[in-house]
Amino acid sequence: MTPQALVPYMIFVPLAAAFLIPPFGKKFKRAGDAIPCAASVCVTTLGLYLASSVALSKVLVHKPYGWQAPFGTAFVVDGLSGIFLVAMNIVALVVAVYSIGYLNTYTDRWKFSSLFMLMLAGINGVLISGDIFTLYVFLEIAAISGYFLVAFGIAPDGLEAAFKYAVMGALASVFVLLGIALIYAHTSTLSIAGIASVISVGQQTDVLKFATVLLLVAFSIKAALVPFHAWLPYAYSSAPAPISAMLAGVSTKVLGIYTIMRIFFVMFEMTPQVSMVLIALGVASMVVASILAFVQVDIKRLFAYSSISQIGYVALGLGVGTPLAVFGALFHLLNHSAFKPLLFLASGAITRLTGTRNLGKIRGVMKDSPVTGTATLVGSLSICGIPPLGGFWSKLIIILACIQAGRPVLALVAVVVSVLTLAYYFRSITQVIFGKSVIRGQREGAVTVSMAIAMVTLVIISASMAILLLPNTGNAVLKEAVSVILNGKSYSAMVAGVLK
Amino acid sequence: MVYKSPNKGMTVIVKTVTRLTLAFILIYGIYIGMTGGVSPGGGFTGGVILALAFVHIMLAFGKEAALRKLRANTLRMVMGPAAFIFLLGVATGRVPEEIGAICEMVIVGTGLFAIFIALVLASKSDRNSE
Repeated sequence: MTPQALVPYMIFVPLAAAFLIPPFGKKFKRAGDAIPCAASVCVTTLGLYLASSVALSKVLVHKPYGWQAPFGTAFVVDGLSGIFLVAMNIVALVVAVYSIGYLNTYTDRWKFSSLFMLMLAGINGVLISGDIFTLYVFLEIAAISGYFLVAFGIAPDGLEAAFKYAVMGALASVFVLLGIALIYAHTSTLSIAGIASVISVGQQTDVLKFATVLLLVAFSIKAALVPFHAWLPYAYSSAPAPISAMLAGVSTKVLGIYTIMRIFFVMFEMTPQVSMVLIALGVASMVVASILAFVQVDIKRLFAYSSISQIGYVALGLGVGTPLAVFGALFHLLNHSAFKPLLFLASGAITRLTGTRNLGKIRGVMKDSPVTGTATLVGSLSICGIPPLGGFWSKLIIILACIQAGRPVLALVAVVVSVLTLAYYFRSITQVIFGKSVIRGQREGAVTVSMAIAMVTLVIISASMAILLLPNTGNAVLKEAVSVILNGKSYSAMVAGVLK
Repeated sequence: MVYKSPNKGMTVIVKTVTRLTLAFILIYGIYIGMTGGVSPGGGFTGGVILALAFVHIMLAFGKEAALRKLRANTLRMVMGPAAFIFLLGVATGRVPEEIGAICEMVIVGTGLFAIFIALVLASKSDRNSE
């Protein structure tokens, strides 16, 4: 099969897994574990293959059922979605492996596996869809399975968090749908490439401005940028650890940031107003979330606030909009989707070790479980920006890009927030890792083999993220994605050319 | 026979009418599901009518009777494979159209009925059994 024909299998494989788990998962417990892992391995391999084909042919377009350009849907993989497909599916694979061990205290695990695969199908669907309505449909699939997965523990706080998440998420979805309806009424096409070519001919009308505002608000809710972040600390802290990792590493990135890149950079032309809004949201997220992180006593809430703050860096980089800044934003996003899932997976192991999420009571994880301690240490060092690790390079690039773009104030804010991050991690996490052990929870078998494998994998990945900066290897991949973001019009022309 | 529980569900009139019309509703649902294209119908509409047939039993005879006819376990066992076959049809294009329509009917029917069951079981008062 040609690579083009393989593109929709990014959706089919996880969907098929999700449908096969219900009949077998309850009888055969192992099937509920094996099917998601097998499907994730398939999808990750496929993602790697597609990304390598994209490196050769720039853009892969699959037209299902031979529908022609302005009417039919199309699945498109380009440099930007290629790099996302690889990164997100690797995180999902690691999380699937982790949840084998983590969920052995839960009942009805097949439901978890099935919903997890549905979520992955939605994520991959958002990444490969070439028109905005298909994007909306898959965004809903991913979001709705997310609401259920947050509530999976059926603890009161989990249900409350899921309800908050569902209300905010539904609001965002309505905004997206209204925005899409307005754009469709204005341009008479739903295909991203088609809309881009129509808009570039016409002027920015009031309808399009209104649609821009709606979509920007909606995707900011999904990405949890600061005025819209209220759901995130609840959802991340109450969900089961694999789901916190999945939401932090994959869901907010794809449903929020990737869609912002795709819609505002590739489909619309980037206007100074939108970039100003992105910078404002980014700075607000960075500052407010890192100040709020100081007063957290719950380890998962601390990680949640630091997640908001790090997403702020990405939004800032996208808002500044120079090639270097976008490169830094993308690199920081990839870094963050390596070390934040690592921290959440480690927090799950810590919770099982000690039986509490209270930062004041967790002490000396390194002595009780060296794997968990190392994972927390590497994740924290990377997020604080300690030199050899990936987080340092991406923050440095964003700061340099701000200076280069003639915005020293933004660079100063980025430096200050970086110091704040170091401060609150140092204050909260040092005792957790190195303090004197006073363990109370279940100790034997708290960190299972599969959990250890998952954490070690992510430690290796987040320690070696700097490889992506080496010229001619990872750098080329990132550059390709950056050029897609910055030259949206040429991408659209290329896709439209293939679709004709 | 489940219908012989006089204390549950609605009046004898409703029960009798349900008993008489049930087969017709099911046949009509399957007919609507299998036609389509040029005439009104299709898998989704047919599935909705099939689900309504079971909702009808539930309203008339109470939730125990309906759940004895179609257990939640059966729903799960049927829905997953049907969705899988439908997906196979979408992916390969080799599954015949009729089988695709039947699968869609099963998916929609079981899905709607499952939602209805969930709503009934989650409601606080147990009005159906009184």
